[in-house]
Amino acid sequence: MIDEGLKNELSKQGVFTTSLNELYNWGRKNSVWPLQFGLACCAIEMIAASMARFDIARFGAEVFRPSPRQADLMIVAGTVTKKMAPQVVRLFNQMPEPKYVIAMGACAISGGPFKQGYNVLKGIDRYIPVDVHIPGCPPRPEALLHALMTLQKKIEAQRLTGPDRPRHLDRDAPGEFPVPEFGEHDLVPPKNTEVWQPPKMTREG
Amino acid sequence: MQTLEEIKVRIEAAVPGARVGIVPNGSAANQPSLLVDNQHAFAAAKFLRDDTELKFDYASNVTGIDWLDKVTSEKVKVKKAVDGVEQEIEEAVETKMPGYLEAVYHLYSMEKKHGPVILRLRTENRTDKNHLPSLTPVWRGCEFQEREIFDLYGIEFDGHPDLRRILMWDGFKDFPMRKDYVEPDDYEYEPTPHADVLARANAHQAAPPST
Repeated sequence: MIDEGLKNELSKQGVFTTSLNELYNWGRKNSVWPLQFGLACCAIEMIAASMARFDIARFGAEVFRPSPRQADLMIVAGTVTKKMAPQVVRLFNQMPEPKYVIAMGACAISGGPFKQGYNVLKGIDRYIPVDVHIPGCPPRPEALLHALMTLQKKIEAQRLTGPDRPRHLDRDAPGEFPVPEFGEHDLVPPKNTEVWQPPKMTREG
Repeated sequence: MQTLEEIKVRIEAAVPGARVGIVPNGSAANQPSLLVDNQHAFAAAKFLRDDTELKFDYASNVTGIDWLDKVTSEKVKVKKAVDGVEQEIEEAVETKMPGYLEAVYHLYSMEKKHGPVILRLRTENRTDKNHLPSLTPVWRGCEFQEREIFDLYGIEFDGHPDLRRILMWDGFKDFPMRKDYVEPDDYEYEPTPHADVLARANAHQAAPPST
């Protein structure tokens, strides 16, 4: 690693230095292409974010790809019903690494207003690893842009080697996640415990 | 529009053998409805659609209702001999009303600009005799709504062109809108529980983990 002070000094002299880690992450974070699909009303806000007023192109993420093979980012925008969940997981499996997930809106992160409904999944993070959760019903386009910036910061901070390296550089990390099947009463399995564990709650009183 | 009593009489005249009842509605809406027996429901529906005065050409909504078994107790005075003396004693008599499933059709006339007339069909019980005649051949718009009732309540519509589940998947066994539907126990994480959800979350915590 190059010394931070020396790097500053060199840049003052007109010499640009970087590391492979930085260069790699810089390229990665500035061309996050989302997968073009929406599940419910949050998708309308996602579309608004891609239009001129909010202009997601400023972040290099304006290229909505209609094929999972060309996409880097899955924006789960809307209610994930139990009937739709296997297809969402399958689409995520079809995306090549490196891939990221933003769960957009109350429904995608928890089931939202339909949480106790018979047909709504209580959050897509039960089946696939979510990088950024956005609350809101629906979230404003600014919130989606903020989530994208949060994701960029996350990518930028990743080290390419070591135990906390990103999934696509880790031979043992899973690239595919089991697709749930339609059971007689619920999805089977109802959640992927490798990906999601119920958060420990401590309640007072 | 003719009153419901008049329509009832006209249906009985037009469809021989039809048993038509009027279900009163005690609520503020005071919107009584017609109850037609299953054998003649199709003919009665056709009559309602084609009659030149009624012309109910539009079924705006079809929905289902689940009525559970009901036990009503009444107090009846009975004469009985107690210690050799005849006395009048009050006895509670329980009558069991078997439950049934109901399909409700809301009918309007676009041509005559009147309505609604509410048509009810009842199944014999909630378990095995759950068949009703499909009115999709009469009103084409009923197709998806009858499928939805089939999916969520489990009423089988005879004569429906394509009776499949519509909201849930094909292998699904339950009927989610029935009152005795038991949801899968996925209450492991409820950050803001209240009322029923709190009870379910507590029950889940108490039960041994399933996976």
